[in-house]
Amino acid sequence: MREFLDISHLLGMPEAASAHAADIDYMMALVHWLMLILFIGWGAYFLYVLYRFRASKNPVASYEGAKGTYSKIQEVAVVVVESVLLVGFAFPIWGLLKNEFPVANTTFEVHVIAEQFTWNIHYPGPDGIFGPLDPYLVNTATNPIGLVMSDSTAMDDIVMIDELHLPLDRPVTLSLSSKDVIHSFGVPQLRVKQDIIPGLIIPIWFTPTLAGEYEIACAQLCGIGHYKMKGYVTVEPMEDVDAWLEDMASGAF
Amino acid sequence: MTNETEPDFHAMEGNEGEAAHEDHHHELSFWRKYIFSTDHKMIGLQYGFTALLFLLFGFGLMLLMRWQLASPGEPIPFIGWLFSDETAPGGIMLPEFYNQLGAMHGTIMVFLGVVPLAVGAFGNYIVPLQIGAPDMAFPKLNMASYWSYFVGGVVMLASFLVPAGAAKAGWTSYPPLADIETMGQTMWLIGMIFLITSSLLGAVNFLTTIIQLRAEGMTYMRMPFFTWTQFITSFLLLLAFPPLEAAGVLQLFDRLLDTSFFLPSGLVVSGEVLEVSGGGSPLLWQHLFWFLAHPEVYVLILPAMGIVTEIIANNTRKPIWGLKLLIYSLIFLGFMSFVVWAHHMFITGMGTSLSGFFQVTTMIISVPSVIILSGLFLTLWGASMRFTTPMLFALAFLPMFGLGGLTGLPLGLAPTDIPLHDTMYIIGHFHYIVAPGTILALFAGIYYWYPKATGRQMNETLGKIHFWGSFICMNGIFFPMFFQGMAGLSRRLYDGGASYEFAEGVIHYNPIMSAFAFLLLLAQVPFMINFFMSMKKGKKVGSNPWEATTLEWTATTSPPLAHGNFEETPSVYRGPYEYSVPGADSDFTPQNQP
Repeated sequence: MREFLDISHLLGMPEAASAHAADIDYMMALVHWLMLILFIGWGAYFLYVLYRFRASKNPVASYEGAKGTYSKIQEVAVVVVESVLLVGFAFPIWGLLKNEFPVANTTFEVHVIAEQFTWNIHYPGPDGIFGPLDPYLVNTATNPIGLVMSDSTAMDDIVMIDELHLPLDRPVTLSLSSKDVIHSFGVPQLRVKQDIIPGLIIPIWFTPTLAGEYEIACAQLCGIGHYKMKGYVTVEPMEDVDAWLEDMASGAF
Repeated sequence: MTNETEPDFHAMEGNEGEAAHEDHHHELSFWRKYIFSTDHKMIGLQYGFTALLFLLFGFGLMLLMRWQLASPGEPIPFIGWLFSDETAPGGIMLPEFYNQLGAMHGTIMVFLGVVPLAVGAFGNYIVPLQIGAPDMAFPKLNMASYWSYFVGGVVMLASFLVPAGAAKAGWTSYPPLADIETMGQTMWLIGMIFLITSSLLGAVNFLTTIIQLRAEGMTYMRMPFFTWTQFITSFLLLLAFPPLEAAGVLQLFDRLLDTSFFLPSGLVVSGEVLEVSGGGSPLLWQHLFWFLAHPEVYVLILPAMGIVTEIIANNTRKPIWGLKLLIYSLIFLGFMSFVVWAHHMFITGMGTSLSGFFQVTTMIISVPSVIILSGLFLTLWGASMRFTTPMLFALAFLPMFGLGGLTGLPLGLAPTDIPLHDTMYIIGHFHYIVAPGTILALFAGIYYWYPKATGRQMNETLGKIHFWGSFICMNGIFFPMFFQGMAGLSRRLYDGGASYEFAEGVIHYNPIMSAFAFLLLLAQVPFMINFFMSMKKGKKVGSNPWEATTLEWTATTSPPLAHGNFEETPSVYRGPYEYSVPGADSDFTPQNQP
């Protein structure tokens, strides 16, 4: 049944690459079924009445007009379906995404610091602790996020630009922040999109389930370079991520 | 026909002597009559002409954008040489110019085009006539409202000429981007303050007029649906606009006086720490903005529903199905529109309780919308339909508004909003509401009430060409947007998404959509010809050419008297849509027929 109803690929959604994507896609399909049924139902009725009740065919209009309870049934049906969508899908999916963050030691954590018009990716390094940041230390060439290099926790940190590597089949937590204006971290295949509000650090989590390279597209107008504020997420087995981080650590600082 | 003798008026012709004949009032100078008029009909026409020009201008901005989207980096043909080196050197559009076009297209279409046409023009002209009032309650306030709107429009246009051009931060003007962008943003805020002031003056005036100046017997339940929609719209404007006006002033302070209402501490722009006091919140602006801008959506759509209802009743020759139910739904819709605003903000990091509340209210507001649309569909059952030009436009409104409304569902549910938020899907959604929805309804209104304002009818053949051209082209532009959005293509991209691989499958729609946009311009040519030619050459008609029932047709001349509208104040004896009453002499029974 679910397979039959899930028309999300017919709607043109990109291939899903995260654990929660299937639920979103299924819900998307159901909402579009509701839309389709209402539109086709009323559309057919509309064409029929245009034909049947044209003046030349029906010269005298009826003062009483339409009778019957069809429209009431339709109203009730719409309310019922919308309630099911809310209670059965919208609330649980949102609850999962917002309230059920993976516990700290099972998740792979990365900080993403957006700026006009790049994605700075901040890994904690081998010590697993993110070094502190200070906006006054920002140097666009050497220290884009203003890492306090004198701090012992910062020394092994890895900062990448537009390149985010994530492990396959493991929950990932991203802490999103922005240096300047509002950006939005969007990856269509992961069914992830989160506005990044300056002044706030916003956490999101998901589990990548399909290896590959996906584009990060800024989804919120952020200035003249908004259209090319693009980064890449590489989803690969944990060992590959570790190997990559090691390479980057030896080369970066 | 109630009026046998028709005064031979040539409306909108600069000949004062003729238009004022048989008029015992003293003659007004040209300036008082056409420019600083206090007559609601003249102000309505002023609003109408100005708003149509802005609609055309805003449409032109969109055509430039559509050119760029269809062929990124190609020089603009024919008019490319017009542009300066700061906007489009050699005719090739720069990203900063694209962002200006985007922000100003939205602002102009909403605040200078559709709302002034729907409320300022149609509301002003028709409401006093429909309720049997001699004028608006505050004629001078009415004039002030138009001129405040006019100044706001001039400021918005002038903003293209300031250094670095017009506003570039979108029609939503989100800080911090709006706080740090160039001078055009300041102009945008000043312009908005004038436009909001204009709407507030208008809203107070409409409310007072409708509450105080209804003719004898015109109870609330006998008010035509169009007047009802204007009544509710005025409440929305009155209550929703002040927060944005305040927010606009605060943003102006942020820009000019170095306050930080919307700026947090520690911002680093282009490698430099932004030296501001900080401590503000960018989200505060979004709440204040959408607290207006969601009711604003209903300001755009309710008058359109009103126009469509009038025309459908008239051309089906039967009463509106469940009129009382529709009126109650309208009132409920008005209330609910104040508690759904944050569904524009699910992606800002909203938790479960807040998003739960706004999802529920959003689903609830879909119910009265469905009732109103169903009521209009059901009205068609048992009709004797005349397919006049206004009727074609009004009928097309129904499925188009339906499509716009339905595509709002996945956006109003937070999880399905994730893949669709800020993509082309939302652009398709709200354009279906406003363009093939509201704008088609506004055209319907122009064809329908044109004979009232001029005493002449517009040409039906040109009207039908205009209808089919507009209807087909609008769908050609907006329908592919749903597929683009589903694929994840973001809105507001200067190159139309050419940088993204995931958009590869859907950006080849761009040239097709743009072709439809240019054809849509072509489809407006018959309208322009028709609009101006018919003033002189249109078929002369009596006061009630559509054989309608409401007071503006049955108790006034065409055009109505310059002072006081009515030769004698009408009294009202029945509901607004008494068509095909069994046993009546004709198939329409005017509201003022005892």
